Amino acid sequence: MTLYLFYFLSFLAVLSALMVVVSKNPVHSVLYLIMTFFAIAGHYVLLNAQFLAAVHVIVYAGAIMVLFLYVIMMLNLNADTEPQKGKWLRVAATVAGGILMVVLVGALRSAADTLPVTAHDNQIGMIKNLGKVLYKDFMLPFEISSILFLVAMVGAVMLGKKEIK
Amino acid sequence: MFTPALIYIFILIVVIFSVTLVIAMYSTYAERKVAGFLQDRLGPNRAGPFGILQPVADGVKMFMKEEIIPDVSNKWLFILGPSVAMATCLMTSAVIPFGSGLTIGGTFYPMQVADVNIGILYVFGVVSIGVYGIMIGGWASNNKYSLLGALRASSQMISYEVAMGLSIIALVMMTGTLSVREIAAGQPGGHWNVLYQPLGFLIFIICAFAETNRAPFDLPECETELVGGYHTEYSSMKLGFYLFAEYINMFISAAVISTLYFGGYNMPFIGRFITDPNTLSLVGTAFLFGKIFFFIFFFMWVRWTIPRFRYDQLMNLGWKGLIPLAILNIFLTGLGMWFFGKVG
Repeated sequence: MTLYLFYFLSFLAVLSALMVVVSKNPVHSVLYLIMTFFAIAGHYVLLNAQFLAAVHVIVYAGAIMVLFLYVIMMLNLNADTEPQKGKWLRVAATVAGGILMVVLVGALRSAADTLPVTAHDNQIGMIKNLGKVLYKDFMLPFEISSILFLVAMVGAVMLGKKEIK
Repeated sequence: MFTPALIYIFILIVVIFSVTLVIAMYSTYAERKVAGFLQDRLGPNRAGPFGILQPVADGVKMFMKEEIIPDVSNKWLFILGPSVAMATCLMTSAVIPFGSGLTIGGTFYPMQVADVNIGILYVFGVVSIGVYGIMIGGWASNNKYSLLGALRASSQMISYEVAMGLSIIALVMMTGTLSVREIAAGQPGGHWNVLYQPLGFLIFIICAFAETNRAPFDLPECETELVGGYHTEYSSMKLGFYLFAEYINMFISAAVISTLYFGGYNMPFIGRFITDPNTLSLVGTAFLFGKIFFFIFFFMWVRWTIPRFRYDQLMNLGWKGLIPLAILNIFLTGLGMWFFGKVG
């Protein structure tokens, strides 16, 4: 059952990720990207990481993608108004993308053999365990990343101000 | 495959689903009756005794209307919009405990579809997805008023989600759990969370008004400025879905408020009169629905009493009023827990 779910979610994730790139209408692209995020959240649930799944949906699908959609709707990009790229650019993009894929596959192939084989702790995704790990073992990185967020927030507010006195 | 637990869950889902729909249906009737009462009118009284069949008549009318999909609209997204709005608002009730549970044949069956250990986050996740229904519908209509309504709705909902999340953090700090069931069970007797979190509750209920697009925050469908807001182009049952989703959201918000802040299915002193656990559980469910009905009435009461905000006032209230207050509330809760120890 879980295996079938895994295959279904993976298929959905890959397909919708492809559709993000392929579809001409930017709004469709955003909607497919949201679908990709949902499929990935489903993978988190399969790994018993419910907290991660919920936060993933709230932050990425619920907040960031809404802002994406917001901007794209405001700009009102359409297939008609969008400048279409030339033929040669398409060929070049395909070749470059294909070469990148070859490199990635080559890099990941050797990495698959060196993965550490450890017993999977299936309770690690539960919120209590996750909180303990975050606040005990990774206290400093956690705090530093929150300062990073604070800096980004202050920067955004500064940029958003009409004039700096 | 078909274990009794699975069959029980299936029955529970069907019951909650139909109860939600019936309550939402009769909320439309109640809204008009309450509006009539507050404005010294009679309200609907033609269909059946006291107009009790009015929602049925409205439903038939909605289905019989001609269905128009505008030629310039994006057809798939135009249909997807109301579907998403309806689907998301029906998903939230999965984590709400509608009672402590029933013991049938020695097995305990909780009156809740799924007790996930991140229950509140699940509610937030579904609420944050709900905005897509309005956004997609508003954009796909290819109408300026619809687009403006959709943009208003999305920015309003995103802004108030922040304050809502922050007000819940104080509650979670106090109860020490994210499971809705444990929060409900942790308020026995009269120890309702609202007594310990009055400020948090105030912020939460204001945000609930904004999230459900109810007056005084119903700017996405502000008819004096935007014709019909995001559903200007919608007709027939698609329009019905949007309107209906609002009433379901109201019911769900009332249920979440009652569960998180007003003890859920708990009622003080009731344990003294009834000893049988099954009866007690059913009485608890009745009390929960009493609380839910009160909050639905409260939603209507406010709608027909307070005039609509202006959009900049709404944004100022959200970002400059509620979010700092919610952060202050977290700080005060921390101080309280530091001095008096953990409550409960």
